[in-house]
Amino acid sequence: MELYTLLREFADSWMLLTLFLVFLAVFAWVFRPGSREVHADTASIPFRHEDAPAPDRDTAAKEA
Amino acid sequence: MSNYIKLVVLGVITVFTAIAANYARDLAYMVNALTIMLVAGGMFLWVLRNTDEPVTLVDRSGEYMDGVIRAGVIATALWGVVGFLVGVVIAFQLAFPALNFEWLQGHGNFGRLRPLHTSAVIFAFGGNALICTSFYVVQRTSATRLWGGNLGWFVFWGYNLFIVLAATGYVLGATQSKEYAEPEWYVDLWLTIVWVAYLAVFLGTIIKRKEPHIYVANWFYLAFIVTVALLHIVNNLSIPVSIWGSKSVQVFSGVQDAMVQWWYGHNAVGFFLTAGFLGMMYYFVPKQAERPVYSYKLSIIHFWALIFLYIWAGPHHLHYTALPDWASTLGMVFSIILWMPSWGGMINGLMTLSGAWDKLRTDPVIRMMVISIGFYGMSTFEGPMMSIRAVNSLSHYTDWTIGHVHSGALGWNGMITFGCLYFLVPRLWNRERLYSLSMVSWHFWLATIGIVLYAAAMWVTGIMEGLMWREVDANGFLVNSFADTVAAKFPMYVVRALGGVLYIAGAIIMCVNLWLTVRRSPAVEASNGLVPAE
Repeated sequence: MELYTLLREFADSWMLLTLFLVFLAVFAWVFRPGSREVHADTASIPFRHEDAPAPDRDTAAKEA
Repeated sequence: MSNYIKLVVLGVITVFTAIAANYARDLAYMVNALTIMLVAGGMFLWVLRNTDEPVTLVDRSGEYMDGVIRAGVIATALWGVVGFLVGVVIAFQLAFPALNFEWLQGHGNFGRLRPLHTSAVIFAFGGNALICTSFYVVQRTSATRLWGGNLGWFVFWGYNLFIVLAATGYVLGATQSKEYAEPEWYVDLWLTIVWVAYLAVFLGTIIKRKEPHIYVANWFYLAFIVTVALLHIVNNLSIPVSIWGSKSVQVFSGVQDAMVQWWYGHNAVGFFLTAGFLGMMYYFVPKQAERPVYSYKLSIIHFWALIFLYIWAGPHHLHYTALPDWASTLGMVFSIILWMPSWGGMINGLMTLSGAWDKLRTDPVIRMMVISIGFYGMSTFEGPMMSIRAVNSLSHYTDWTIGHVHSGALGWNGMITFGCLYFLVPRLWNRERLYSLSMVSWHFWLATIGIVLYAAAMWVTGIMEGLMWREVDANGFLVNSFADTVAAKFPMYVVRALGGVLYIAGAIIMCVNLWLTVRRSPAVEASNGLVPAE
């Protein structure tokens, strides 16, 4: 089979199906149980560390 | 040691570009070669001056790298005014053809200035805004300093060198005649190098982040950087006629070339002007409203839906052409599906203000951001509608398209960038507040009225000219000649140019305001004045 035809056939069958399923899986993943806390924490990232980076773990340990 | 390598590289570039300027087959190439020669030569001297000087290494990991962002903010504001100015000039040239002067023929008239305008606003103004805000956002949301040290500065200066090379090339006639991808092969190669550095800096910062999760704004920025790299490389596959000249020949031809071009062109809109600027929206709107984004789940869905759908929408630029029907139908269908993620994103941005709508009354900066989201919603409604083949048969090649582009560019991209600049300048220069909020209000109203004049004028003239083009008499002959439509469009062209004048007036007020903020506003008291109790 010619390479173009082969790729074309693959693209509008298996690849299309795979991409569509991945797309649906993203939605399912977003609404997975327990995502609410994670998302609430992630959504508040802009309100931390506005002025300076978070200290390194070892330097933070030394200061404590 | 690294200085010696730098000296060798810079020396070779300087000598090579000097030879290139000598052998140059066209003026644009010669000017670009001389520009690179001066830049590389200047850097050679600068590096030489600092070689073998004692170096003091300061640990700056405890602070953000804000110098390059400050430079980016200045560049954004300046390129913005330049780009708007060229736009106003060509708007008047369209209304009054006498403004295309004989002595500017071949250099400074409409044909050469139009790509200068589009590239200046999209790539110079928008690109610098994206680079500097992405550097700001990725550091704050990763809680770590920008990765790569001075590589960030290389990205900034390298990108602006790209703009200077492209702009001088346009005026002197170097173009590969692809809309929004006009720069010739060597400028494209340079942009590729800069862009890979940009990706490395951005990704490196994300990888060494100290937050467990990657904030959604960074996803949008990252998609913008990766996709633009892909689009840029594929659409600019070309073979130079000579390494001593600017002319190159495209690898694709015919309808394939057209499809690659509009695959690029539409995704430049989708990933440069949409995904990247949505990254700004998802950081700066919550910051200015002082509350987290309305729905983080919706933002993730918004992101992935946009990524999955946008890449297919390009063929709607080629309705009724040699492109096969199935391809243009595909583009049309995906454009219409794009309504959903676009409006989901708009709702997410607007609803971030729920419970804080009173801020609209007191804070003109948030007003600017909200109207930009409004324009995002409007133009992402209008675009899919225009991509429907039946509507496109009326709107294509008319000024309606120009109106659509400008309601998106002036309304969405322009306004959200202005909002970000108003947010950033007091913070980056340690000022308590902006110099004047009433100047922000003036900017807001001038820009808004300017956009309304612009978009309304283009709707009227676009639909009018579309109807005039297709009007036939009882015998099937066309009623109007092309010149008839041009004559009929004159009043709307004047209104459009005046809208542009209002818009640039607002931008100049912004520049004055930001300048006075840095010069006159009281500084924030140093926060490290007191030693914290341990």
